[in-house]
Amino acid sequence: MSAQDILVLAEIQRDALADSTLELLAAARGLAKAGGGQVLALVFSPDGARHAPSLSAADRIIAVDDPQLTAYSPEPFLAALQEIIASEKPRAVLIGGTSIGWDLGPLLAARLGAPLVTGCKAIEADGDALRVTASFCGGKMLAEVRAKASPAILVALPGSFRPDGEAGKAVVEQRKPAAPLSAGAIAFDDWILPQAGDVDITQQDMLVAVGRGIQQKDNLELAEELAQTLGGAVCASRPVVDQGWLPPTRQVGKSGMTVKPKLYLALGISGAPEHQEGMKAADLIIAVNTDPKAPIFDIAHYGAEVDALDLLPALTAALQAKKG
Amino acid sequence: MNIAVVIRQVPDLIEPLEIDASGSALDLDSASFIVNESDDHALEQAILLKEAGGATVNVVALDFGNVDDTLYAASAKGADRIFKIPLDGLPPPPRAAAALFAEAIKPLQADLVLVGVQAHDELDGGVSPFLAAAMNLPYVGVIRGVKAASEPGTISVCKEFPGAVMARLKVKLPAVLGILGAEQPPRYVPVSRIRAAMKSTQFEERSVATSPSEPLLSVCRLYPPASGSRAEMLSGSETEVAARIAEILAQKGMVK
Ligand SMILES: Cc1cc2nc3c(=O)[nH]c(=O)nc-3n(C[C@H](O)[C@H](O)[C@H](O)COP(=O)(O)OP(=O)(O)OC[C@H]3O[C@@H](n4cnc5c(N)ncnc54)[C@H](O)[C@@H]3O)c2cc1C
Ligand SMILES: Nc1ncnc2c1ncn2[C@@H]1O[C@H](COP(=O)(O)O)[C@@H](O)[C@H]1O
Repeated sequence: MSAQDILVLAEIQRDALADSTLELLAAARGLAKAGGGQVLALVFSPDGARHAPSLSAADRIIAVDDPQLTAYSPEPFLAALQEIIASEKPRAVLIGGTSIGWDLGPLLAARLGAPLVTGCKAIEADGDALRVTASFCGGKMLAEVRAKASPAILVALPGSFRPDGEAGKAVVEQRKPAAPLSAGAIAFDDWILPQAGDVDITQQDMLVAVGRGIQQKDNLELAEELAQTLGGAVCASRPVVDQGWLPPTRQVGKSGMTVKPKLYLALGISGAPEHQEGMKAADLIIAVNTDPKAPIFDIAHYGAEVDALDLLPALTAALQAKKG
Repeated sequence: MNIAVVIRQVPDLIEPLEIDASGSALDLDSASFIVNESDDHALEQAILLKEAGGATVNVVALDFGNVDDTLYAASAKGADRIFKIPLDGLPPPPRAAAALFAEAIKPLQADLVLVGVQAHDELDGGVSPFLAAAMNLPYVGVIRGVKAASEPGTISVCKEFPGAVMARLKVKLPAVLGILGAEQPPRYVPVSRIRAAMKSTQFEERSVATSPSEPLLSVCRLYPPASGSRAEMLSGSETEVAARIAEILAQKGMVK
């Protein structure tokens, strides 16, 4: 236990460790080195040893077991997390920018009266303080902020830290909360899985992705024609799915699918961090957007500042001509 | 059911964003403001609950930006009471804003408080969880869809997870929810209905005071991301751009 330790909240998604946790461990390693502290991974599990191999980048693994920690509910999760923070007194708590992290990060900061930064892309020690670069305004701005009080609660932007495979000594400590946790006001009922039967966009090589810039449902036909010409499928950003123009199985991003196609053609998509999360790793990204400052151009390989609705038929025609 | 909805104004990202002279904040004088998208979904969700089972919908907003336009639209959509919190200057950061909203909402004795889960101009994000903490109420966020539940005093909500997966949760009221999406997209209201609302709606002013607190974060610098990583831009008309893209794809063997 040292005031320089960095605590990482590990997250289990569908029985496996979330990718975001490995990213957090990499970020924590850099910070721990700077302050001479250790990396602590906290996992809620009756069998911490099961997760030890994937958490080996930590120096210590604390596994907490309680019946209230088997399915997610904010209050018991928060209580267990707070108990570990009180005993370990870390300098920073790193939490993934996930559905669960978005609840626990701010709730924890509120309880502890601790500084909170969301959307963290880079974290550095700066003397007693931490210097954090965070995404702001849908990725159109970056902010450099300083957090002095300890612990700082840092919610990372997924995809910002590269897991380095550096292994620690990873000793698993299995614990129980001091007193059994109470259920709280929020109870898990069941999982709702997406309806099967639709095209699986995660298996497609060629994706034509449309965003709010597509403007009307009717314009989806233009994207459909292009996708057919390319031998691929149409997918979308959240607002298109929110409108009910395409099913949730076609959504790419944080709440949607993570895709890694050979081609991702982004049309009328601004490239918010929550969208990038699902498509950043595509082999070739071509973005079409009327706004030259759209963040999608920061990750695209090629970009064009033209109207997507004009480009769609022109590109379909150009490809058909090439096919002969 | 008595529902409170928080509605915020945020800079419109379609317009150019400027940084002020301090270098550490947006120049809000040059920004144009729109309703925060997830707050709009929170309002829609409240109206849907009202339509489904009866509810009073109270809207609470800071008096800032184009808030009046947004609030008249809220009234036209079916909000029952609208409260404006007067502001001295600019809207405060999330925690301080949450403290103001909490003071304004407490007297309403709401069973359910709905707030958008995200606003893009928050660095220490989460007015919604901070509001729950300030009101000492349970909280869960990243919610899409809220329904009455069979057990009295509870509601059923869906929380989004990756892969289009949702968890159904049962929530005991009163509670605060961070709304990401309503069950249906926010409704469109014709301008004529908004005009009518402008004549009939009375805003209620809620002056609230909270004790100032030490900021826990200091923003050193705000800047647009480096342009070094930017895409190779294809110029010309849409026909020329289309021809270039077709060529690039053909070269990579993607045109079959
Ligand atoms: C918890 C959480 C989870 C989320 N999950 C997801 C997710 O899974 N997937 C996702 O996509 N989003 C997700 N979001 C939403 C995300 O933050 C953005 O709001 C969303 O990605 C924006 O979609 P967009 O780019 O289509 O729309 P906008 O940001 O509105 O961008 C539209 C773009 O189209 C351009 N445009 C307009 N007209 C044209 C035209 N004629 N031709 C070319 N360009 C044009 C504009 O310049 C603009 O850049 C999530 C948000 C939260 C808070
Ligand atoms: N974060 C998650 N997102 C989606 N599904 C999950 C998640 N966590 C667990 N599950 C699934 O929910 C079921 C029960 O999970 P658990 O009790 O955590 O093992 C299993 O089928 C898991 O695959």
